[in-house]
Amino acid sequence: MDLQSAWSVAAKDFRIYRKKINVIRASIAYPLIVGVLFPLILNYSIQKQPTAVAVALAPSLMDSFSIWFIIGAIIIPTAIASYSLVGEKLQKSLEPLLATPMTDGDILLGKSISGLLIPVASVYAGAIIFMALCDHFTQGVLGYLYYPNWHMGVILLVVPLASLMSVEINIIISARMTDARSAQQLGTLLILPFVGLYLAADLKIFPFTNTNLLILAGALALIDIAFFFVSKATFQREEILTRWK
Amino acid sequence: MSITIDVENLTKSYGTFTAVDNVSLHVDEGEVFGFLGPNGAGKTTTVRMLACLISKTSGRATVGGYDIGNSSDQPKIRGMIGFLPENVGLYEELSAYDNLDFYGRYYKLSIQRRREQIEYFLKMLGLWDKREDAAGTFSKGMKQKLAITRALIHDPKLLFLDEPTANLDPEASKTVRDFILELKKEKRTIFLNTHLLDEAERVCDQVAILKTKLIATGSPEDLRHSQSTRKVRVQLELADDAVAGAVKTLGFQIAEKTSNSLVIVVNNPEKENPEILKAIQTAGGRIQFVTEVGSSLEDVYLKLVRGAE
Ligand SMILES: Nc1ncnc2c1ncn2[C@@H]1O[C@H](COP(=O)(O)OP(=O)(O)O)[C@@H](O)[C@H]1O
Ligand SMILES: [Mg+2]
Repeated sequence: MDLQSAWSVAAKDFRIYRKKINVIRASIAYPLIVGVLFPLILNYSIQKQPTAVAVALAPSLMDSFSIWFIIGAIIIPTAIASYSLVGEKLQKSLEPLLATPMTDGDILLGKSISGLLIPVASVYAGAIIFMALCDHFTQGVLGYLYYPNWHMGVILLVVPLASLMSVEINIIISARMTDARSAQQLGTLLILPFVGLYLAADLKIFPFTNTNLLILAGALALIDIAFFFVSKATFQREEILTRWK
Repeated sequence: MSITIDVENLTKSYGTFTAVDNVSLHVDEGEVFGFLGPNGAGKTTTVRMLACLISKTSGRATVGGYDIGNSSDQPKIRGMIGFLPENVGLYEELSAYDNLDFYGRYYKLSIQRRREQIEYFLKMLGLWDKREDAAGTFSKGMKQKLAITRALIHDPKLLFLDEPTANLDPEASKTVRDFILELKKEKRTIFLNTHLLDEAERVCDQVAILKTKLIATGSPEDLRHSQSTRKVRVQLELADDAVAGAVKTLGFQIAEKTSNSLVIVVNNPEKENPEILKAIQTAGGRIQFVTEVGSSLEDVYLKLVRGAE
């Protein structure tokens, strides 16, 4: 694998994403919703409460928002994926690319980089705004700065790993699918396991303790590595060129 | 190392359907090789095999001495060729310049070298002023030119062009064709897929006619001579019996006669025409025009392609 080749693919993708209103919208809307709206909800919820209630409520509310950082890490790549490999297939731009010495690994790594950086940057930006505003709203009540804390640290460790998994699954799906719509629809199903995870957390089967999140991070790291090989195996040049309609 | 292509019994099947059947051919260095055939003949399938984009079913082929069936040779083949696919496959959102720059960067050309190459080709094709426009806003002809430039960015000595003038208006076709002739002057070897006869005739040194199987190969000249009887139409002020008689006396057959023209069957018009014309004049005929009829590559082509059905 050649990092420079992979990077040239990623850099090209970034230039394309810059022109895609949906990508820009998703990557700006997300930090605004999570970073601004959630702290406002928090503020609204604790404002009228007696201090004792607010002190108890604020941390658990803030922690319960954290799943949204992981959900963002999964959803944003799906929004971008339709301009990645699917976009190349639609424009038939893979054929000239495959006629160069570029390897499957170079292409897939390039696509992973370009698929990963925007979501992660967007989620991190959202998290920074979120933490700053939450601290602003709760410092008076709690008497200390709630963020940064280890919980958020572990969440932000899970984020790139979850994003990478999402990117890889989208790549695998779009390499196999022969039309854009089914690729996108299947991509959205990705969210299901994380809804399951959310329910598991809610029902206290798998609460989002720091230890459990670290276990999740480890599992995701293994899944990411495995999926890179799966994506290489599913990236069949000949089929991609001859079966896409 | 010489930039030649050698193909032996190359076959490609999709399931039970054979798209390319036992094709053998040879392309010499510096040659423009026209791969001619109607739609669905297997031209695209063949170049895709030669560019190592799809696998072969059987047979063998070497490109620049490398074996298309050998996985360690494949990157070397891809590295030395320029490939223009049937569908241009440009990044529509990116500017013309960025489309080319991406490939230049991939080939690790310096920023300066990229700029030089892009400027050289885009100026040659009249696209330099449009370099900042998104490729998606380009006309078909402009896209095709841009895609050809993309195939040339790393200065390959061997080019595969899959129907570079298909669907272009006559003016754009001519620019592209003239451009191919420029590339030929630069001693590049060019494998040109086309379903257009006059294109093959105008730019190619060698031609192969394909219809799943190879039906003929040779220079356009050879092919023309090989298949059809050649005829000459002589238009006169008056084509009377004396004139016709003089032609017959020389031993030539008259295929068609009107009041002011004769169509004469010839074997070797370059040698025989002067004799015929001299005899006509001696017999009092006043010659207005002399044209060759029915001996175009088109006739040969149609005859061969229909014959293969
Ligand atoms: N992926 C494929 N699966 C099945 N048949 C195919 C495939 N690709 C091409 N063909 C068939 O192979 C034949 C040759 O196609 P092609 O090489 O594209 O011809 P040309 O480029 O000369 O028009 C056609 O009949 C076409 O339908
Ligand atoms: Mg074709």
